[in-house]
Amino acid sequence: MGVLGAGTGHQFFVTGDPLILASQIAIGLTILGIVGGLTYFKKWRWLWTEWLTTVDHKRIGILYILAGVLMFFRGGVDGLMMRLQTSRPEMEFLNSQHYNEIFTTHGIVMILFAAMPLLIGIMNVVLPLQLGARDVAFPWLNALSFWLFFVGAMLFNISFVIGGSPDAGWTSYFPLAGKEFTPGIGNNYYAVALQIAGIGTLATGINFIVTVLKMRAPGMTLMKMPMFAWTSFITSIIIVAAFPIFTVALLLMTMDRLFGTHFFTVAAGGEPMLWLNLFWLWGHPEVYIVALPAFGMFSEVISTYSRKNLYGYSTMVWSIITIAFLSMIVWVHHFYTMGSGPAVNSFFSITTMLIAVPTGVKIFNWLFTMRKGRIKFTTSMLWALAFIPCFTIGGVTGVMLAMAAADYQYHNTMFLVAHFHYVLIPGVVFAVFAGLYYWWPKMFGFTLNERIGKWHFWLFVIGFNMTFMPMFFVGLDGMSRRMYTYSAGLGWENPLMFSFIGSLVLAAGFAAMVYNIYWSFRYAKRGVDHDPWDARTLEWATASPVQAYNFAKIPEVKSTEAFWDMKKEGTHTLKESEIEKIHLPSNSGVPFLLSVAIGIVGFFLVFEWFIPAAIAAVLIIVGLIVRSFDYDEGFYVSVDEITKTEKKWRGDL
Amino acid sequence: MAGKVDTSLPLEYQTHQDRMNILGFWVFLGAEIVLFATLFASYFILVDRTAGGPSGADIFHLKEVLINTFLLLTSSFTAGLMIREMRNHNLKGMLILFGITLLLGLGFLSVEIYEFTIFVDKGAAIGTSAFTSALFTLLGTHGAHVSLGIGWGILIMIQLVKRGLTPTTARKTFIFSLYWHFLDVVWIFIFTFVYLKGMVM
Repeated sequence: MGVLGAGTGHQFFVTGDPLILASQIAIGLTILGIVGGLTYFKKWRWLWTEWLTTVDHKRIGILYILAGVLMFFRGGVDGLMMRLQTSRPEMEFLNSQHYNEIFTTHGIVMILFAAMPLLIGIMNVVLPLQLGARDVAFPWLNALSFWLFFVGAMLFNISFVIGGSPDAGWTSYFPLAGKEFTPGIGNNYYAVALQIAGIGTLATGINFIVTVLKMRAPGMTLMKMPMFAWTSFITSIIIVAAFPIFTVALLLMTMDRLFGTHFFTVAAGGEPMLWLNLFWLWGHPEVYIVALPAFGMFSEVISTYSRKNLYGYSTMVWSIITIAFLSMIVWVHHFYTMGSGPAVNSFFSITTMLIAVPTGVKIFNWLFTMRKGRIKFTTSMLWALAFIPCFTIGGVTGVMLAMAAADYQYHNTMFLVAHFHYVLIPGVVFAVFAGLYYWWPKMFGFTLNERIGKWHFWLFVIGFNMTFMPMFFVGLDGMSRRMYTYSAGLGWENPLMFSFIGSLVLAAGFAAMVYNIYWSFRYAKRGVDHDPWDARTLEWATASPVQAYNFAKIPEVKSTEAFWDMKKEGTHTLKESEIEKIHLPSNSGVPFLLSVAIGIVGFFLVFEWFIPAAIAAVLIIVGLIVRSFDYDEGFYVSVDEITKTEKKWRGDL
Repeated sequence: MAGKVDTSLPLEYQTHQDRMNILGFWVFLGAEIVLFATLFASYFILVDRTAGGPSGADIFHLKEVLINTFLLLTSSFTAGLMIREMRNHNLKGMLILFGITLLLGLGFLSVEIYEFTIFVDKGAAIGTSAFTSALFTLLGTHGAHVSLGIGWGILIMIQLVKRGLTPTTARKTFIFSLYWHFLDVVWIFIFTFVYLKGMVM
């Protein structure tokens, strides 16, 4: 391997691996294609004014979703490579180092750069609309959140072509993740890129908490909020409670790796278990940060397509709050086997199992919502239906793992891998798909194709079960996770080959989704009704796609299903005389440029080039000063313009 | 700013957006509490892990700590007086107190940096032991917050001079004061559980 980097022993461009060379060429061509396309179609100004500088929550949401789908693809390719590598014993597709890098990046990319942006993206689009608000509380901060996330994700993603990927697992346990055992810069990427993205997420949490507390439409008490708004709210609270812990953990990791401290290295008195505790004190609540908004989406979808209101609304709310509380006191179940002692293990075993109770309550509430409903089997609803049995398998195996004594058998086996995929894929990915099919018309003004959607659904669900079901069995059979290869004759070949074939079916499902998006952008019928599903909450009371100002007149709310009531009472009308001018915030390039500056500093820090990092940090300070002196007070949309826009989609004005 | 202005409220609370900014900052301070709590917890775990190097009792010096405590607590007091002057619409008095607050903060930082050089002289650098790593990181994070606060405060002072006392500059000043008091609270914990405990036990 050639060494182009500084004298620290790592290379700047990763060379010597044909797979990575191919990716490098692909990345180069993609960048050329994007730059060429933007220049040829003269779209640079459009890109800047409409997207890079936008502070509109709906557009920011779409950017999040776009980034999330891209990262889902990247993480998916990692997954496919892993399944191919283990499909036969003594396979020589990936070497052990490359396999280590791939399972590390697969985990991080899927949780933090695919699941999080997809959920936060949908929250961005939907939450203010459900609350009957004009925007989020801090639109400028919202743009900053997105760009910080995006820069962090990109910094993490270039690692495999520039400098080398992190390779200590997505949990990056010490001492393995320390300088002594992973001297390359790969794990510096982990420490720095996740820090940047994490700060963006924290800002989102603060933003949404204030949005929910201060921007609800008149009449909407907390107990009249739609369920998705509730789950977004509680998720935001968990974010604010848990992400600072991760911030500190990553800071300490950065100090250990870059500045020679001894937090987690055994030398000079450090304590590797401190990393585990801090990591999972954030990491376990993180599971619920991604699961709760997904539960909210299922609640909306199931209620709409069962044509009934949500069964047990207040128990749903209390179960979310209980889950949020319990999520903070279960983290030790991630390391039962590392010497905590029976008393500690018992406590965390019990708290962990307790989470099954409120979760079970939610499952029954969804089932009772469907009972006697007139169910419409749309693609969204199919995802919600498939979620229930698949997620239950994940939940039951979770309770098996929660038993500390039994966990000594399952710990770090493929059984665990199967379990958390059975939780996260139905509990997050199915939900995101349900949510995308459901809210797509709100974002783009046309629906996704239902026929291709069903292909997407069946391929994905069958592929998912084929891929992960065999892992329960090889796991119980003793196969530990993160093994890059194994000998023949252990009885794992057939299940793992089956799993690989399943992953191809899964990938075909993903491809069907991409094709569906492509097809629908080209051919789907435009000008779809603002309320195509005959839905119940406020986001459907406004045009599809939504106007910049969301609502011409802020609605008045009397129940959890405000729009449903309005439709029944015929009060969703708008009189021309009621229209007033509307204030909106101006676009700003500062969030984008500030994030790029932070990304540049991060890049230099990864390579431990401290002087360039210090120089580039001046750019961040300049950005902050510019922001502090920014007194732009936004602009008003005139009554004329609102009247014109509203007349276009309303029949009644 | 947008929205109705309610002149019966103090300047910084008069618009809806300003009220949201202040609430948002309180939520941010909640996150800061978690952040410092995590740093304190890490410090407590590692406080006895001196690996043969100096312990707290060996390096802590009462004089500097008391000076620093005096400087920072006084600055928090002057920040409070600053808000009082703001409520009285006395821009000049406000600016003077703002300036004093920042100068006291600067004094605190100077003493802290001086103190760090003493630590290093006594053989307690950041990489000496797990204890010194945790100590420098906790103090350093607090010190970085103070530094950032000074820079931020200067920017707000410039805006107060340029624009006078408006709902926006009042809100910015008020949020700054919340931040500053918070740093003071964190320092009280550092003073008690790092320095006093380190010197006594």
